[in-house]
Amino acid sequence: MVSTNIDDSEVGSHGPQSFLTKYVWSQDHKVIAIQYMGTATAIGLVALVLSWFMRLQIGFPDTFDFIDSSSYYQYVTMHGMIMVIYLLTAFFLGGFGNYLIPLMIGARDMVFPYLNMLSYWFYLLSVIILASSFFVPGGATGAGWTLYPPQSILEGTPGSDWGIILMLVSLIVFIIAFTMGGLNYVITVLQARTEGMTMMRMPLTIWGIFVATIMGLLAFPALFVGGIMLMFDKVLGTSFFIPAIVSMGESLEYGGGSPLLFQHLFWFFGHPEVYIVALPGFGIVSDLISIHARKNIFGYRQMVWAIVVIGALSFIVWAHHMYVSGMNPYFGFFFAVTTLIIALPTAIKVYNWVLTLWRGNIHFTLPMLFAIAFIFTFVVGGLTGLFLGNVVVDVPLSDTYFVVAHFHMVMGVAPVLVVFGAIYHWYPKATGRMMNQAMGHIHFWVTFIGTYAIFFPMHFLGFIGMPRRYFSFEGLEFIPESAYTLNAAISIAAFIVGAAQMVFLFNLFWSIRHGKPANGNPWRATSLEWQTPQTPPVHGNWGASLPVVHRWAYDYSLPGVEADFVPQNVPITEGETNEQ
Amino acid sequence: MIIIAIIILLVIFSVVFSFMSPWGFVPIAADWSEIDMLLDATLVITGVVFAAVALFMAYALYKYRNRAGHRAEFEPENKRLELILTAATSIGIIAMLAPGLVVWNKYITVPDDAETIEVIGQQWSWAFRLPGEDGRLGAVTTQDIYETPFGLSAVDLAAYDDILIDDNEIHLLLGQPVKMVLRSIDVLHDFYVPQFRAKMDLVPGIVTYFWVTPTRTGTFEIICAELCGVGHSEMRGYVVVEEEGAYNEWLAEQETYAELAAKEHIDSVEYANNSE
Repeated sequence: MVSTNIDDSEVGSHGPQSFLTKYVWSQDHKVIAIQYMGTATAIGLVALVLSWFMRLQIGFPDTFDFIDSSSYYQYVTMHGMIMVIYLLTAFFLGGFGNYLIPLMIGARDMVFPYLNMLSYWFYLLSVIILASSFFVPGGATGAGWTLYPPQSILEGTPGSDWGIILMLVSLIVFIIAFTMGGLNYVITVLQARTEGMTMMRMPLTIWGIFVATIMGLLAFPALFVGGIMLMFDKVLGTSFFIPAIVSMGESLEYGGGSPLLFQHLFWFFGHPEVYIVALPGFGIVSDLISIHARKNIFGYRQMVWAIVVIGALSFIVWAHHMYVSGMNPYFGFFFAVTTLIIALPTAIKVYNWVLTLWRGNIHFTLPMLFAIAFIFTFVVGGLTGLFLGNVVVDVPLSDTYFVVAHFHMVMGVAPVLVVFGAIYHWYPKATGRMMNQAMGHIHFWVTFIGTYAIFFPMHFLGFIGMPRRYFSFEGLEFIPESAYTLNAAISIAAFIVGAAQMVFLFNLFWSIRHGKPANGNPWRATSLEWQTPQTPPVHGNWGASLPVVHRWAYDYSLPGVEADFVPQNVPITEGETNEQ
Repeated sequence: MIIIAIIILLVIFSVVFSFMSPWGFVPIAADWSEIDMLLDATLVITGVVFAAVALFMAYALYKYRNRAGHRAEFEPENKRLELILTAATSIGIIAMLAPGLVVWNKYITVPDDAETIEVIGQQWSWAFRLPGEDGRLGAVTTQDIYETPFGLSAVDLAAYDDILIDDNEIHLLLGQPVKMVLRSIDVLHDFYVPQFRAKMDLVPGIVTYFWVTPTRTGTFEIICAELCGVGHSEMRGYVVVEEEGAYNEWLAEQETYAELAAKEHIDSVEYANNSE
């Protein structure tokens, strides 16, 4: 058993005094979480606008003068990179990880609060560097978010002067920020759990964040070295990734490098990255479903193992992104097998979510609606992964809009739906007020149905063979006229979905003052964050003494207990039939 | 409650859309119908699973919705059910994976009677080379690309009968398996003909390949399917699949390296004579 006997008398004196130390140079995990979320949302909005620009070009080609081939590829690249790294990774781990880990495991804060603060400021720095690349000569890089050399550092690709350098520097700074935060999350979970909070009593939210963070700590170094080597190739003229080539009518001084090596490094990071975004989402959704269906999560132990197994397997599937990359074709057998094996624990998670609903007492609250929408979207995105993972079926679909549709469903829309559900769920804890219901419902319906309208038909464009990352399809005879009409319709859906996010943002601010006041546990949930003495929790979270945990986080509708939930810190009573 | 109706409607919409949509595969023109069959089978299997999971969820949402006097049941685990679901899913996955691996083996195993064609990609155009009578492609070096045509080695005798096609259009013989040998002189590209289903990246520094047997005459578009810079979407070409007569006629018009070199030599002699 981990000892968590913190000398409580000291806690008071650690409380921040001035505005600056309380809200700016804060070491409080809750403030840092909000800082992370705010910054991620701000840069995410930029990426949203970029997606509008892309859809303007795809839906209505040659209508807008400010979009040319160069700027189009810059939008594509920056949209992808921001959404994957700077929004989703930062929001789930820096945001929810920071806010929820100490509260859900019964700790006063992260174990290294100062490092935690540094992590945020490095993250902010990386975002600023990234954003500044829009304003340097040549603009941001347009190499695609995969940054494949040689293209990414050669003329002929937008932003190959400064944009690519700033992108790499920003990624390196981000990884430093992530490492500081990530070590903190892992060690906090391992060392700072309160008395009685065994690993197998942790809510699945924490399991998801915990495993995702370990994966990040193992996966980001591959991107880190890849990024540094690519920078050397660009700035110092080394040849890690560049063989003897010509560019723009000139033989270059490079020789002997391997473009495939970069792809392996990138996807050794890039595939786990998918699950770094997905696992916290899996965990959070498990908890949302359980709480709002008033039922224990079905198969908790299996769910934990599924998270761990997915995390481990995701390190040996990376080359399924490279089936047609020209790597040794025999790799295809291995990576197709591992990729389809990973479908198994993933499918089990879906079954268990649905089986948690079964025989539940389902409340259609906003968090629950988002969780249901997540399951629906994730099932679609997960199943289309079976096309792309099954090596030979990937051949015609690779690099088409089918891929775009697939990964947006599975790691774009699905995790974002979880983010929204989680915000509606934990907002009353962070602010003491509920978010506005009417605005929330508008936001939900437009987002859920709208994103399906965008990405479901897109799969069929991929069946035609429409290639992704195309500035213009003009003149291609194999594409029927009707596909352009469909693209225009998809674009309109994208504008509407984007606009609905403004309703959400407005609600976020409006409800701080005008939302319905909430008590400390408005959802009647069992996990520790809802049992804090104050709402919102104050610095140190728990007042004079830490909570002591007596049970798992899923004692809903226990037989023999009148209330339909029993908080984790309530001792087990006689006559209670609790199998856990 | 609306969510239940919407889920059912979305499932119906998705199934109807899959059958009725005017957007599907372009008619195949190569001997890769196995890929189409696997894709169709995967679509059916995943479609059934999707509908089953979504509709079951909708049913659960309806049946166990919150109402007065209703309470959830406490049910932490059900080992038997979990085992059945795991086994059923495993079988489904194996059913898709096994034939997929068999076809992949075919995809990467070039038949002995395949003719070789080299595809050269550069920003942002295609060129092609046939090995000529000796059946061998002569040695090339990327750095020499501005010294000799295609960077061919002047000392490799196998190079001189190579047929050089510095044009975005290549002709193929109907029914003849061809091994497409892929080479790039600058960045990554990808040779993709949607009607062939097959594709593969061109990677500078190494030679990659795929093979295909054209099964239908016609002119098909070649597109680049790997982002290769600002001109990516303009990097296009054509394959023309023809019967033997037309193909041979086309082939006879193409020049070998030797012919090209001789012509260049004559040009340079004429140029020298004229300038005197």
